[in-house]
Amino acid sequence: MAEFVMPNLGADMEAGTLVKWHIKSGDAVRRGDVIAEVDTEKGIIDIECFETGVIDQIKIEPGAKIPVGTVMAVIRGAEEAPAPAKPVAAPEPAAPTKAPHVHASPLAKKIAAELGVDLTKLTGSGPGGLIDREDVEHAAAPKKAPTPVEAVRVKVSPLARRLAAERGINLASISPGPSGIIEQADIERAAAPSKPEPAPAAKSGDGMRRAIAAAMAKSNREIPHYYLQTRIDMSAALKWLEAENAKRSIKDRLLPAVLLLKAVAKALGDVPALNGFWIDNEHRVSPAIHLGFAISMKGGGLVAPAIHNVGEMSCDEIMAALRDLIPRARAGRLRSSEMTDSTLTVTSLGDLGVESVFGVIYPPQVALVGFGKIIEQPWAKDGMLGVHPIMTASLAADHRATDGHTGAQFLDVLNQHFQTPEAL
Amino acid sequence: MTFRDAVREGIRDAMRKDVRVFLMGEDVGHYGGCFAVSKGLLAEFGPERIRDTPLMESAFVGAGIGAALGGMKPIVEIMTCNFSLLALDQIMNTAATLLHMSGGQFNVPLVIRMATGGGKQLAAQHSHSLEGWYAHIPGIKVLTPATLEDGYGMLTSALNDPDPVLIFENQTLYNMEGEALVSPGAVDIAKARVRREGKDVCVLTHGASLHKSLEAAAVLEKEGIGAEVVDLRVLRPLDDATIMASVAKTHRVLIVDEGWRSGGISAEISARIMEQAFYELDKPVARVCSAEVPMPYAKHLETAALPQVESIVAAIKQLVLGHG
Repeated sequence: MAEFVMPNLGADMEAGTLVKWHIKSGDAVRRGDVIAEVDTEKGIIDIECFETGVIDQIKIEPGAKIPVGTVMAVIRGAEEAPAPAKPVAAPEPAAPTKAPHVHASPLAKKIAAELGVDLTKLTGSGPGGLIDREDVEHAAAPKKAPTPVEAVRVKVSPLARRLAAERGINLASISPGPSGIIEQADIERAAAPSKPEPAPAAKSGDGMRRAIAAAMAKSNREIPHYYLQTRIDMSAALKWLEAENAKRSIKDRLLPAVLLLKAVAKALGDVPALNGFWIDNEHRVSPAIHLGFAISMKGGGLVAPAIHNVGEMSCDEIMAALRDLIPRARAGRLRSSEMTDSTLTVTSLGDLGVESVFGVIYPPQVALVGFGKIIEQPWAKDGMLGVHPIMTASLAADHRATDGHTGAQFLDVLNQHFQTPEAL
Repeated sequence: MTFRDAVREGIRDAMRKDVRVFLMGEDVGHYGGCFAVSKGLLAEFGPERIRDTPLMESAFVGAGIGAALGGMKPIVEIMTCNFSLLALDQIMNTAATLLHMSGGQFNVPLVIRMATGGGKQLAAQHSHSLEGWYAHIPGIKVLTPATLEDGYGMLTSALNDPDPVLIFENQTLYNMEGEALVSPGAVDIAKARVRREGKDVCVLTHGASLHKSLEAAAVLEKEGIGAEVVDLRVLRPLDDATIMASVAKTHRVLIVDEGWRSGGISAEISARIMEQAFYELDKPVARVCSAEVPMPYAKHLETAALPQVESIVAAIKQLVLGHG
């Protein structure tokens, strides 16, 4: 049996509210399937399942706000099916042919034989009492799950019951703490968000701000940042982009952001020390490169969902990913893996006109790359003065994990990649 | 000043103020008292007022009842509550009931002092804590002083009471040192007192267990648990108001009593909390009492049988944290 717990989706998340289940007890699930929607301060996140198997037991009802780590459902492996309808193949002394005639469809008989269902025990729902395939499959379905989701009497302390009544809290929406009995602490926890239907738009203003505040405060408190910047001549890159886009239809055109992401991913391949995490006093370099792309929200606020394996994606694939991700992020419909998997964050404020960005690293990552606006500036090249499109790239890095030397190497390599855009 | 000194001063004060007060019991005169409480009093007050009695509890308690009916104010000392069982009929069927049976005509202003409790390896017959048991009887008051002020002043208050009052002094408290008192006078004998404030759990206790509970509270404070400790002081009548206020404040209750839990004062208090403060409870009422065995003689077994600081700490942690 595997437990499906309320995941920690980052930003110092302590609790989440289950909005709805996409599955019910008895459903088969595969790793990666979205099985629930959870409301966090940053909006509603689709939660993916990590196991392949069958939902055995649902422990939390929609509407409940539960702490990170609470078991929400139990998944049993596909082989663990405790279906009683797979009885020991009783080799009846009487040969099957001696059994009384059963009014069942041929397909039903075949399936019954496969699943070991005793047709003589079934009542048919087909015409004339015919036992059809559904009757057999229904009989074979494991009704007797080890612990079916039946109504279990929930114990509540007298104080908790009184408090819930006073505050108009429905006890069915409260889940007990470790004692298994609903107590005052559980009511206090639930009383915080008393809105019955949390609207994501309404949340993003306040809750998201608080979540960002907590994360950024933690980052500044714990991470010793160092900052480096470099100016990059984007002439080659922009020229290449223009040529590529000329070959594409309007809707397939690549945004400069694609180049930024690809260049960063490549540079991280050269200088991997900046790609990873600082956890438990240890620098853990990540083998995979998942770049978090900072997206600003309409009502204020920021999310930086991950694009997975950017290094292996083509420019068109990255563009498609951005086209999918940005509207979903703005609508508050991100997946849990997008919230937690970033190995480095990229933020581009070029549209807003700032020259350079000195960001705050999003823990537990160890670096943040910022890009400013591309500005036409005087530039010396090969001894000649000209006007070039210059972009300032900045790096904020965790000095516990890397030193200025590494950061400088990264920016240098990044610059070089922008000079050979066709190789990206 | 010790608790013993405080009790002695209480007797001395009362005897100086009122000639009707006298002390009688086994070895109170020439020996100075089994626990040295009345040491020196024979010399001060003479043999008429400090009276050594024969070894016969039923007789001298009966004589005390008679003296009280006759207008005196006797302090009868029964060496320990264990021996009071020999005078139970006098206490329960005469002292406690005469007022009722006489239709209100005869008060029995008798004060009986007894040592109580275990912990000195006096074994099964000499280690009882019967104050909770006596609190069962209508018609009497039951006091359990645990501080010097109460040891001193409760006696005066008891002597002022027109009806029988039983004072139980835990024998392990006699050597307890405290600030010297000067005639505190009569103290209240109807109310419990909060000896230490806290917000996480309330500990209801009396006698020697009060000090163990206070020690436990100090230990728990270091771990962030605030225990409120209430000294019951009077087991009959129980101060419901103070008890329920503390329950309403903390929502978790531990009762510590040296008597046995079955049918003890802890059970009575628990029942009253159920009746009066049920909707304040976040956890069932917990109890730490003596083990349900005759008190062992061997030191390690006796220690294990009695409430101790460790068992009080563990019980509170279980209540507050859900684990020991």
